Amino acid sequence: MAQTYRSQLIDPLVDDNPITLQVLGICSALAVTSSMQVAFVMALAVTLVTGFSSMFISMLRNQIPSSIRIIVQMVVIASLVILVDQVLKAYAYEISKTLSVFVGLIITNCIVMGRAEAFAMKNPPIASFIDGVGNGLGYGLLLMVVSVIRELFGSGSLWGVTILETVNNGGWYVPNGLLLLPPSAFFVIGLIIWAVRTWKPEQVEEREYKIQTVEGH
Amino acid sequence: MEGLISLAVKAVFIENLALSFFLGMCTFLAVSKKISTAMGLGISVMVVQALTVPANNLILTKLLAPGALAWAGFPDVDLTFLGLISYIGVIAALVQILEMVLDKYFPPLYNALGVYLPLITVNCAIMGGSLFMVERGYNFAESATYGLSSGFGWALAITAMAGVREKLKYSDIPDGLQGLGITFITAGLMAMAFMSFSGVKL
Repeated sequence: MAQTYRSQLIDPLVDDNPITLQVLGICSALAVTSSMQVAFVMALAVTLVTGFSSMFISMLRNQIPSSIRIIVQMVVIASLVILVDQVLKAYAYEISKTLSVFVGLIITNCIVMGRAEAFAMKNPPIASFIDGVGNGLGYGLLLMVVSVIRELFGSGSLWGVTILETVNNGGWYVPNGLLLLPPSAFFVIGLIIWAVRTWKPEQVEEREYKIQTVEGH
Repeated sequence: MEGLISLAVKAVFIENLALSFFLGMCTFLAVSKKISTAMGLGISVMVVQALTVPANNLILTKLLAPGALAWAGFPDVDLTFLGLISYIGVIAALVQILEMVLDKYFPPLYNALGVYLPLITVNCAIMGGSLFMVERGYNFAESATYGLSSGFGWALAITAMAGVREKLKYSDIPDGLQGLGITFITAGLMAMAFMSFSGVKL
């Protein structure tokens, strides 16, 4: 096996990020990033579920008949998500209320299924676990970046602690309300993708049509 | 009846699954390059959504809710923690059955929609619809209306998106923004347009 564990863990952070390059797991990335605390819990939950589901599916990979593999993967993932959901309800009830349906939606988060299908079905358990954790961290990193931008400029605070005193509380900062609304998440992620691809030009997609300049004008 | 109509309008426009809850985004971004494929997928999602939400409502009220098993002699049993796994099971099974029924009785429809059906099992819009139904405590009639109309809203959004992207491919976009980046920003602008429906009440 050519890849080392280290590169498996590091690669998904920027070079092969699940959100900016593989287009996986975008739904929750957009919806839960308006405050840092919630985004952190979500990132942690997804990392745990991806890691362990990859590990368990990889352990079962020689026993699963390929015709029913999707259902088997679903059952493994759903059981793990039920665990996470129950733990959150028991120890962090407020946050689990804010996350509402998005905890359940980890089941259909394409990162989990995508890594199970693309990696865990072909590789041994330990490698799969590390691959899962790596991709979860890549997802978490992007989630944290987006939520820092949205919370800092949208409500002037980080992790619920006020950094920029807002006008309503007698400070100087006029919060940008748009950043708390759903569409801003699209803009922020779009701009992050632009930044990442300018930094790493090999990720740029091919144009379908070339723009041609006409000579002699 | 009036309540149902206003629920439907709300589910299509104001609380559009794709543009205000960002559900089904992976497929929304990946399969919106051509109008015809986008519309095919949209219609399949609508059909599956209209079947699974009421089906999951029945599962919830007849089997899982506290006291629902009283007919079997277990009045104290509360199985709601099994919810997530049963809903996804229902969705996967229904998609499989739909695929087989279409293949046997409506081959032209199967040829048109067949390739999208497996994608739908992992589409979070479907799972999200069922979870919203549970969270908001819809009854059977409401969940049937909600399923159909939220599926329609999703189909509308992806078709509109594909229309924009078909024109967009001729424009001169900076290299780094090419492809995924500009698609995100377009989706953001569409989401802002859909926000203007908020406040509309029937």
